[in-house]
Amino acid sequence: MSALLVQLLTGLSGASSLFLVAAGLTVIFGVTRVVNFSHGSLTMLGAYIGWSVLTRLPRGPEWFILGIVLTALIAAALGALLETLLLRRIYRAPELLQLLFTFGIVLVVQDATLWLWGPNDLPLPRAPWLRSFVSIAGERVPLYDLILIAIGPLVLAALWLLFTRTRWGTLVRAATEDRDMVAALGVDQKRLFTTVFALGAGLAGMGGALALPDASANLQIDLNIITDAFVVVVVGGLGSLPGAFLASLLIGVLQSFGIVLLPQATLVLVFVIMAAVLVIRPNGLLGRAQSTARGEAHAFALVRPAAPVLRRLGLAALLLAACAPLIAGPFLLSVLTEMLIALLFAASLHFMMGPGGMASFGHAAWFGIGAYAAAFAVKGLALGMGAGLLLAPLIAGLAAALFGWFVVRLSGVYLAMLTLAFAQIVWAALFQAVEITGGDNGILGVWPPPWAADRRVFYWLTLLLCIASALLLRRILYAPFGYALRATRDSERRAEAIGLHAVHIRLAAFTLAGAAAGLAGGLSAFSKGSVFPNFISISRSVDGLLMVLLGGVQSIAGPIVGAIAYTGLFDLLLLATDQWRAVLGLAIITLVLAFPHGIAGSIHRLWLRGREA
Amino acid sequence: MTILSVAGLRKSFGGVQAVTDVSFTVAPGEMLALIGPNGAGKSTCFNMLNGQIRPDAGTIHLGPLDITGLPPRRVARQGVGRTFQITATFASMTVRENVQLAFLAHHRRIWHLLRPLAAQYRAEADTLLDRLDMLPQADRAAGILAYGDLKRLELAVALAGQPRLLLMDEPTAGMAPAERVALMRLARDLATTTGLAILFTEHDMDVVFGTADRILVLNRGALIAAGDAAAIRANHAVRAVYLGSGTTTGGH
Repeated sequence: MSALLVQLLTGLSGASSLFLVAAGLTVIFGVTRVVNFSHGSLTMLGAYIGWSVLTRLPRGPEWFILGIVLTALIAAALGALLETLLLRRIYRAPELLQLLFTFGIVLVVQDATLWLWGPNDLPLPRAPWLRSFVSIAGERVPLYDLILIAIGPLVLAALWLLFTRTRWGTLVRAATEDRDMVAALGVDQKRLFTTVFALGAGLAGMGGALALPDASANLQIDLNIITDAFVVVVVGGLGSLPGAFLASLLIGVLQSFGIVLLPQATLVLVFVIMAAVLVIRPNGLLGRAQSTARGEAHAFALVRPAAPVLRRLGLAALLLAACAPLIAGPFLLSVLTEMLIALLFAASLHFMMGPGGMASFGHAAWFGIGAYAAAFAVKGLALGMGAGLLLAPLIAGLAAALFGWFVVRLSGVYLAMLTLAFAQIVWAALFQAVEITGGDNGILGVWPPPWAADRRVFYWLTLLLCIASALLLRRILYAPFGYALRATRDSERRAEAIGLHAVHIRLAAFTLAGAAAGLAGGLSAFSKGSVFPNFISISRSVDGLLMVLLGGVQSIAGPIVGAIAYTGLFDLLLLATDQWRAVLGLAIITLVLAFPHGIAGSIHRLWLRGREA
Repeated sequence: MTILSVAGLRKSFGGVQAVTDVSFTVAPGEMLALIGPNGAGKSTCFNMLNGQIRPDAGTIHLGPLDITGLPPRRVARQGVGRTFQITATFASMTVRENVQLAFLAHHRRIWHLLRPLAAQYRAEADTLLDRLDMLPQADRAAGILAYGDLKRLELAVALAGQPRLLLMDEPTAGMAPAERVALMRLARDLATTTGLAILFTEHDMDVVFGTADRILVLNRGALIAAGDAAAIRANHAVRAVYLGSGTTTGGH
């Protein structure tokens, strides 16, 4: 019984700092409608700044409080700076480009933090009072846990007072309800947004600093906390503070019990909870339906086949690619092979994301399943590469159809989060099914048969399969099915009114995209000779998103241009500099500011300028 | 003979009775107008007819078929076309592609993965667009059309499904007076020549009294009058609703 109590208290204390971070995220989203990836970076900065402040102060409790408050203020100031310098410029950009933009900030902050504080984890030397215990029901409970447990409801109450009892809070709530109306009433939007952002950043920084005594300041905080905070915000309902509180309690407690009861499944648990909540309550526990449904409020650009000049350019590039093995060395050839695989991966993501309007944050799942299917066919079933490359898209497509059944009923950020959840589930499953997948060690020795062992032959095979599949996807987009898919994105109401079954159409598109990504994964397995759980990592999913968004969602050639630009940029950066994250991040930020419609999209627009749309 | 028969339709939202016990029928070739002040329940009625809202009680029959509670796509497949008060078209497609896709959906050909859409039902789409004076705009993006043109495109998309019953929610809102007359004349033509039944809501009383065969008047969710233009004009209850009168409030 008392062991349960201790576990419960641990869970509740973990929930508090998670709530602070998630509260900041949800308030910022409510008012600015920006899904802020860099919120995790603010938390990480909070931890590092907190470390620097607290290690310089005397170790008494009163100084600890002062240090935390100081950290929150510094984080708030940084947030205000970030908003006025950068985010303010992208409020009118499409949701996904905003996400890309804030991811660029994440990369820059990572390198800046590394440069300022160094690569080592920085644990906070714990003062005696921080190490003391309180006896509850015969069990020793850390005092600091109890303090954290109290902080969550206190902050919720403070925020509630702030939002209901002050004029500023009323404006924030009004802006969350109807931003345009508030603007029409003559409220200074800029100041409102900046102050809201500062508040959110301050909460994030405070959350980061408060977690210090139990952990350390490290460079993984940003992505770890942002995933958890996203889950909390989505489970609670976007923009809902009480929802975020409830969800963080739920997740904090379940996590702490999960560690005891199902140690292998803790990785999956959070995401299973989220998937379950979203399937039952698509807008989260306390969330309301978002006012703008899928796409209906956006004006989508007309899709036309590329102009003849651009087609000839593409053909020339293809010919050049076909001749590459005759001149390129083995290193360049393997880079080119990776580029082709990335191209198919990006094209498959674009298929569901652009015309389908379903932005996936977990597209790596299908890539990884394909890779594992191929590897297992060869190593586990002793089949040939042909069978492996056939099974890869087949199994990935099947898995996508299965998960897609849940996913395609949602839209927007919720859909993105559910795909992320499924990717994490797949990752954890592969990670833990050691007998079949080798767990962390992966499956090694997945080499092509002798006839394709020559890198040049394998390159040609990859070229053939990737280009053919990408062209097939393109062909489907110009066929009735592709138009029907686009129809469900443009206006679901109208699509249903002419007799289209939107859910079935989206599910089919989801399955096709999964199968194509699976083929890319299968090819990747043979190209690398091995598969690892990191084939399904969040960063691979983000890579895919970056490629599509860089290229331009609205343009069918976009993912191809994006994949080439991104892999090229990435490999060059890896060769040229240690600070590749900062350079890549700055490149992304600059690109989004310069080409709000993606590279290919912006070229297309320039091309169309002067010609009537 | 009737194409649509509605009996005892009810819907409430929370405690508000949006539609109370509404019954009526529509015959082939008939143009029936549904009018009433704001909040009378016209749109709720419409949304129940095409399946967007499930009624609390009552039945909706299309010919002999019970379509009560079917989802919009199933209702559409039974031959009910619909235009919306706030137009809904496919903005990323050209005007012609919008209509082509509607034809393909009607003929259940949207699952084709390879044959490009460009050549399919092109002639049929052009014929239909020509009839609505939209052919010159066939290659323009639907997303950049003027509002009146969008309304006509919506009508073309609805007609491509070869409906037996057409539901038009505020079909002439946002149009210039001359356009209104032309559009309603076209609708009249369609009804007379093809036997298409048209049920429409409209705020412009000239349009209503000029084109409808019969008029239904809704007020606060209930049907208060039904009849031809002359009968409705003479109806006291209708006058009270539209013009206001001391007698209905008990008058002091």
